Amino acid sequence: MKTKSVKTVLPNLDLPESDKGYFCDARPEAVEPVKGIWENFLNWARANSLWILGFGTGCGAIELRPLMTSRYDMYRFGIQPRPTPRQSGLFVIGGYASVKTLKRIVRSYEQMQGPKFVLGLGSCTVNGGMYWDSYNTINRLDQYIPVDVYIAGCMPRPEALLAGIKTLQKQIMAGEAEGANDYARNFDWYKANQKKIIKDWNMPDYNW
Amino acid sequence: MTLWGQIGAAALSIFIFTNFGFLLMGSMAQIRARVQGRIGQPVYQPYIDVIKNNARRTAIYHGVMFYLGSVFRLAGGLGTFLFIPVVLGSPLFANFSFSGDVFLVMYFIFFGQLGMALGAGQSGHPYSPIGVSRGLAQMTAFELPFSLAVIALALKHHSLSITTIVQAQQGGIANWTMVTNPLAVIAAVIAFLGMSMHNPFSVVIAPQEIPIGPPTEYQSSLLGMLQTNRAIFNAAKLVLYVNLFFGGASAADGIIYSLFDALLPMVPVWLGVISGVITMMVKSFLLYFVTVFVGVSFPRFRTEQSIRYFLLVPTLIGLAGLILARI
Repeated sequence: MKTKSVKTVLPNLDLPESDKGYFCDARPEAVEPVKGIWENFLNWARANSLWILGFGTGCGAIELRPLMTSRYDMYRFGIQPRPTPRQSGLFVIGGYASVKTLKRIVRSYEQMQGPKFVLGLGSCTVNGGMYWDSYNTINRLDQYIPVDVYIAGCMPRPEALLAGIKTLQKQIMAGEAEGANDYARNFDWYKANQKKIIKDWNMPDYNW
Repeated sequence: MTLWGQIGAAALSIFIFTNFGFLLMGSMAQIRARVQGRIGQPVYQPYIDVIKNNARRTAIYHGVMFYLGSVFRLAGGLGTFLFIPVVLGSPLFANFSFSGDVFLVMYFIFFGQLGMALGAGQSGHPYSPIGVSRGLAQMTAFELPFSLAVIALALKHHSLSITTIVQAQQGGIANWTMVTNPLAVIAAVIAFLGMSMHNPFSVVIAPQEIPIGPPTEYQSSLLGMLQTNRAIFNAAKLVLYVNLFFGGASAADGIIYSLFDALLPMVPVWLGVISGVITMMVKSFLLYFVTVFVGVSFPRFRTEQSIRYFLLVPTLIGLAGLILARI
């Protein structure tokens, strides 16, 4: 029997009553890919036109800059930086994510339009790295947002970053990079993890 | 030609020149990359970007005006293109040109920007209105030398019809406006640098300054529409400039056609038309190359510097061009 999908509304409990009207309270929904040649073609386009969000979230962001230079030249692969999350498709988390930054990471990630991809750069995103017992950084990034590719190292060189992006491109073309849909399906789990860490939650539950 | 025939012909010329615009953007990006010592993106990268943006699975809307902003922008680009004859003497590439079309085209160049300004305003992002105010201020400034150059042409040819102006320039380089009134052309080409918004006049999009100005909140298919417009609008402006100042393209006097000069009676009509289209593309490419050449050589002006520059140097040159046209 077909179940009728019911659009549930997010409570936005942490927002003051006066601010609730300013924000959207709809839940994110998973959008199933269309199967077949058409989706393969679209995935090819997505893989060859990755726009990186220009938001350096940690010390690893310094490795993003050389990619634009003539030595590494990421434009060859159709990659370019984009200053606004609305137009970006790839979020590179550059190393450690402090609790304060995590809040901005979540906001930026949610403002990106799907399908969107996340690349964890450096050991700090894998297990906390040298900050694993720090009081104000998170350890595993994929507890908070879905991650497609991790690049271990402290710091990984720009070559490693390019190799990571190539791996991501292969994943996208194989139709395996469905992070945005995973996020929508496991939304409550991700949100609970995020709220466990971010204490001053003064934003809507989903930043449209 | 019947109305349906005209619509079909217009659709064909839009299709050809949209693709030309995309390839122009791609090839110029590669030229810029070579200047910087990079390999650069593939020539067909603009196509992939448009497909990618249209293939986004989610999109957000900020209201009716936000939605209409990109529609107006595209309408502005199409409107500009549709009233310019592309190849003189070919009904297929005449579009909907008529006497007095140069005024309508100048209005359409403004129209898209105004529509975008309204849409960007509703997006609510603080950088959008900053970009819009910069854009409108700069546009008003470069409109002055451009208008002076067009008025100089209208005075000289006693006509506001692009077809008449192109007709008057036929018969060799000596008849081009570039030679008959170089001052007006210099003023207009400087205005073109501002119109194409490359460095040093890239104050509207201004990366690293106001991220990307008006389209900050535009995404998904709305951004795809803006990118498509960029290709059409670029092509339309180039075709307009080549028509007004660089002799246009004629179905009877094109590059390929001149190769077959001896065989003139035997050359079929369609070859003349193709020759005209190719002539137009070559001239447009060279004209666009000027903006890229200037763009890679100079850093960005600040907004007030840009406006002061337009109101001083090219305006004075444009006035001198006006006087030259009356002599």
